[in-house]
Amino acid sequence: MVSDETLGKYQMTVGIECHVQLATATKLFSGADNDERGKSPNSVVSPIDFGLPGMLPVLNRGAVDLAIKAGKALNSPIAHVSRFDRKHYFYPDLPKGYQTTQMYQPIIGPGVINIPMDSGESFNVRINHAHMEEDAGKLTHHGGFSLVDLNRAGTPLIEIVTEPDIHSSVQAKAFVVELYRLMTYAGVTRGDLYHGNMRFDVNTSAAPKGSNELGTRSEVKNLNSFRSVERAIEFEFRRQVELLEKGENIVQETRGWDEAKQRTTSQRNKEDSQDYRYMPDADIPPIILSDEEINRIQATVPPLPPFYRESWKVLNLDSTVTNALIADQPTAQLIQRILEKSGTASAARRVAIWQLMAVEGQTDDSGIVQNTGIHATDDYLIELSNMVEKNELSSTAAKEIFYEMNRRPDIAPRDIAAEKNLIQVSDESEIIKVVDSVLNDPSFAKAVADLEAGNEKVIGFLVGQVMKKSQGKANPALAQKLIKERLKI
Amino acid sequence: MTISEILTKIKDTSARAVVENSLKLAKDNQDYHALLSLTEGRALKRADEVDSGKISGKLAGVPFVVKDNFLAFGAPTTAASKILENFDAPLQATAVEKLEAEGAICIGKANLDAFAHGGSTENSAYGPTSNAYDKTRVAGGSSGGSAVVTALGVVPFALGSDTGGSIRQPASFNGVVGVKTSYGAVSRYGVVAMASSTDVIGSFATNVSDAEMITDIISGRDKNDMTTLPDFFTVQENVKPNQKIGLVKDFMTDDVDPEVRGAVNKYVEKLKLAGHTVEEVSLPMAEYALAIYYIIVPAELCSNLARYDGVRYGRRAEGVTTLSELYGKTRDLGFVTENKRRIMIGSYVLSSGYFDAYYQQAQKARTLLINEFNKLFETYDILIGPTAPTPAFKLGENTSDPIKMYLNDIMTVPTSLAGLPAISVPAGTNQAGLPIGVQLMGPMKSDASIFALAKSMENK
Repeated sequence: MVSDETLGKYQMTVGIECHVQLATATKLFSGADNDERGKSPNSVVSPIDFGLPGMLPVLNRGAVDLAIKAGKALNSPIAHVSRFDRKHYFYPDLPKGYQTTQMYQPIIGPGVINIPMDSGESFNVRINHAHMEEDAGKLTHHGGFSLVDLNRAGTPLIEIVTEPDIHSSVQAKAFVVELYRLMTYAGVTRGDLYHGNMRFDVNTSAAPKGSNELGTRSEVKNLNSFRSVERAIEFEFRRQVELLEKGENIVQETRGWDEAKQRTTSQRNKEDSQDYRYMPDADIPPIILSDEEINRIQATVPPLPPFYRESWKVLNLDSTVTNALIADQPTAQLIQRILEKSGTASAARRVAIWQLMAVEGQTDDSGIVQNTGIHATDDYLIELSNMVEKNELSSTAAKEIFYEMNRRPDIAPRDIAAEKNLIQVSDESEIIKVVDSVLNDPSFAKAVADLEAGNEKVIGFLVGQVMKKSQGKANPALAQKLIKERLKI
Repeated sequence: MTISEILTKIKDTSARAVVENSLKLAKDNQDYHALLSLTEGRALKRADEVDSGKISGKLAGVPFVVKDNFLAFGAPTTAASKILENFDAPLQATAVEKLEAEGAICIGKANLDAFAHGGSTENSAYGPTSNAYDKTRVAGGSSGGSAVVTALGVVPFALGSDTGGSIRQPASFNGVVGVKTSYGAVSRYGVVAMASSTDVIGSFATNVSDAEMITDIISGRDKNDMTTLPDFFTVQENVKPNQKIGLVKDFMTDDVDPEVRGAVNKYVEKLKLAGHTVEEVSLPMAEYALAIYYIIVPAELCSNLARYDGVRYGRRAEGVTTLSELYGKTRDLGFVTENKRRIMIGSYVLSSGYFDAYYQQAQKARTLLINEFNKLFETYDILIGPTAPTPAFKLGENTSDPIKMYLNDIMTVPTSLAGLPAISVPAGTNQAGLPIGVQLMGPMKSDASIFALAKSMENK
């Protein structure tokens, strides 16, 4: 094992390729169902996907529209003319003996996206290009034989290719997380990582710090979680530095990620790399797009994470909080609506803090928010915020009502508060009675004495007792004021 | 017989009688080996449906044959290859569907060079087809079977595909009309692909009007083929008078059989008598057309043949133990020598480092050729020349020399590369009685006006 100090002498450089499955109803070149989840093998395969003789591709315009939307999310231009090419290789999961892709004139790029980190800092990643292509089928191996499932064959993809602008595993993770958000926000993909809706290939190299040249890279293919991207890069960097420290050369090769062993293993090196004999696909006319058409489609893209980050600056949230909330698009939309409808940052900030707990409770291992169950109406949420603003509710009570509102969205927060007896008492004559009973309670005599003796900290304890006795309804600020008045301190 | 004569006969007798007669003629002429299979059961069933009124249309009961690279019901679609020996199509080609929608009845599937690679039908994995006029000579190709059944009168028309002359050349060798439509005029859906950028679907018939009618039926935009053009074909009743016609002198050199040149010159004289002007024109890029063609077409066809791997359908090699053996042996058994030769050429010109030198250069040269055609069509309505440099040659004469075989395509390949419509019409026979064809070529989408001119010249 190389020490962290040794690792520190090297600069890591990473470029990422990401395959994004597009959320179209049908496949890229056929009318077959594009959602293979839960389908039996080879059940969503048309004669076109099957590569029957005489079949011709018919380009799915919906896939083109999603690519146009992806271009907006990637802050990258859409080509006015793009074309399809054929990439040839033989493999049983590739029915036509070639993959239809865009080698020479891709539909998107080049561009730059800004990636925020939890630290509040951000960095730029250049997008070399993104192209459309079709997915291949899947093989399963059974000892003496293998089975082919072509359900996935022909699923539309865009492959996003970055420049080598990433220099740490933390940056890499931030990049893939942001890419995930951009693609799901824009509605480009269903974003189901478990089913391979987004798959990452990472190209990692190591070079002595200060060196002008990049080291020889390895490519780890087919990573399907944010964490595996982070881990694979860390593993590769360490492996390469180890070799370099021993004076050995890095072999340019393709490697796979072993999730169980948390390590990469060699799959094939450059010498075995195939000649794909790329050629233009004469069966598919070029995609020709006018600015007007591109603008019309991109206008339907909903607000993206960078918009919310900018808009929420007035909420004065910590960047980690902002990112946690943006992880869930419905949450981001909710907070934005509250901000716009209430016209006050305080209401949006309150809803953001309430919703944060819901989001955090629903975030899975891969960092994806499952279901934050927003049901409460915007108006009721604003009303709830106003009740807090006017001291009608304690913050604890407000949280309780917030949860209840999502369970029973038809009931007004005031009604829930009344039902649960949570309206804060701000009537001094009511609270003074409770204050007196606490101050006169022999079991708190020591606390009262300490406070009178000048130990200010004890006041919190006594306020707590007032709250307890009032079943949480007393306005704590008022309770504190009254205690002080009674004891004349 | 013409289509209208057949329709009269159906009216007088029955569709069943006509179809039965066609099937009988097919069997009587088995020694030509023009058909790979008969779709007898389905044909007779459809004939009965015509007779009972269940099926109707412009071609109700008219028998026809399709080249066996069209997906069609009733018999396997083999493309004259071993790899598709028992391949039963689950759907039919658009052209076949359109003919059936008009009541036409497919009675069989015609022989071809395997995967349409060839110009004589000698590359069929099931043996060659003989010429309708001389059994010791080739049918031409690759649509040789379709040309021969039309010439023998088995059916009034047949479908073929033309990538570099595969309809026109066998039409000229067998004395029938052969139509290469504008690229994109007829859907390629359901036809085993050879070269995607030059493949077109067309027909054989005994006269121009019939070929025109078939083109009218099978042409049109097809949502299943993105390269089809918006509908443009409509039958043109009257010929445009006083046309300016260019005789392509590059196709009339001393290398061309004198009797072929004589037949073309005779046709030119008739055109002049009909009031048209004919001038010699030059197409210098034609010299490079074959070189361009034999880069682009193998590149495209090796790609289109990559799907025949024995994994999902078709014949698979037995006793293999590795994946590469499965591919290698299956393709070795499934393809004929000419298929392999072209796959190798195609793979070579697409390889890394050669793509720019061959494929890209060929595409640039192709653009220059297209520009030359366009320039000529600024002045001329139609171009004329022979369809092939010679009448039908002897079986086996060119099989050992692929270059000599390729040279036969020299007059048909230029229009294929440019996507232009062209038809071959019978222009008499040589002294030995072998048919000669004259080729009429027009600008993009001028199919109807070529037919109009050819019709006006027929029987003159």
